[in-house]
Amino acid sequence: MTAMKKLSRNEMAQRVAEDIAEGSYVNLGIGVPTLVANYLGDKEVFLHSENGVLGMGPSPAAGEEDDDLINAGKQHVTLLTGGAFFHHADSFSMMRGGHIDIAVLGAFQVSVKGDLANWHTGAEGSIPAVGGAMDLATGARQVFVMMDHLTKTGESKLVPECTYPLTGIACVSRIYTDLAILDVTSEGLKVREIVADITFEALQELSGVPLIG
Amino acid sequence: MINKTFDSIAAAVEGIADGSVIMVGGFGTAGMPSELVDGVIAGGARDLTIISNNAGNGDLGLAALLKAGSVRKVICSFPRQSDSYVFDELYRAGKVELEVVPQGNLAERIRAAGSGIGAFFSPTGYGTLLAEGKETRVIDGVNYVLEMPLHADVALIKAYKGDRWGNLVYRKAARNFGPIMAMAAKTAIAQVNEIVELGALDPEHIITPGIFVQRVVAVSCAAAPSSAKAV
Repeated sequence: MTAMKKLSRNEMAQRVAEDIAEGSYVNLGIGVPTLVANYLGDKEVFLHSENGVLGMGPSPAAGEEDDDLINAGKQHVTLLTGGAFFHHADSFSMMRGGHIDIAVLGAFQVSVKGDLANWHTGAEGSIPAVGGAMDLATGARQVFVMMDHLTKTGESKLVPECTYPLTGIACVSRIYTDLAILDVTSEGLKVREIVADITFEALQELSGVPLIG
Repeated sequence: MINKTFDSIAAAVEGIADGSVIMVGGFGTAGMPSELVDGVIAGGARDLTIISNNAGNGDLGLAALLKAGSVRKVICSFPRQSDSYVFDELYRAGKVELEVVPQGNLAERIRAAGSGIGAFFSPTGYGTLLAEGKETRVIDGVNYVLEMPLHADVALIKAYKGDRWGNLVYRKAARNFGPIMAMAAKTAIAQVNEIVELGALDPEHIITPGIFVQRVVAVSCAAAPSSAKAV
């Protein structure tokens, strides 16, 4: 594969943030999706954390950390003025009950039907740990996936059928990769925008499933 | 006079039998009742089933209980963490059973037990490994999985303040599983930073009413962070 200009993780996060409307209730998954918070600017977006926080703010200043105020990744966070705390059953009612507008999640694979695999490789000896991934995938009104288009070994992460254990069935709405933004439609994966220095034909060549231009 | 407060951790955790099912509150270390768990270790109960979100961090609390060889089975959503080496080693050696439950199903199964719900249909996990063998149903075009309540003999939880009737308030995101675990156990034991006079907690602000709590013990811990002034 030739070296092409593609989006960095921060640029992907910025692109996702542009598509989040003011007033949205949003859950950012552990890892790369948390970068989205850095690009929301002045928009009032309500960040939800599965461990019982709504109105989550940025990392605290050094010395201001509070061990009782953490995010899903167990990193120290802050609470915005107007934020709230609640217990776990309420927190997951917010997801399962369809009150969270957007969940942004990482993924190992997304299928052409919008099936998501992001919790377990199923590899021998690996310890399964699901956390809130399945609840978010199933419950959020829209699921945005943020992932590299290809694995480290160059295989497409867009697949006809997930080979890793599923997190949820037909749950993904939109996929943001370092090469393109794609919508999951009943006809298949439709390219909204190519974000890398690449033609549609070359993008199709790299992708493991037929794309709709 | 009703007084649910106990003078020591040892007294608060007395009577936990071998083979008990114990819920342990906390999300990571936030809300983890480490002192109560240490009390269970000292009490020597064995063959325990632990229901908790995680499977211990570092060498403290739940990790120490696992290390002591007291746990037969862990029911949790996220055992694997950067510092869960005690659990990881026991699991790989086949010395502890694991049931992984999606976090929302875990919370709702606990809530259901405390609320007298016989079972419930959840959409979470449908069509995945974690729903294998479970009854399913289509309701209004949506696929659901039948999930059973999770009851416990004992819940160990951490709250911020409590009174002699067992009323509790929590602190920030350390609330997490505390309120629902208190409901789901026959004996809910709360460690608190401070026991206050009856009436000192604003009735409008009480999160767990004392009906769900059987024992309260104050833990003389390091001073709460300076930001702990407001509940």
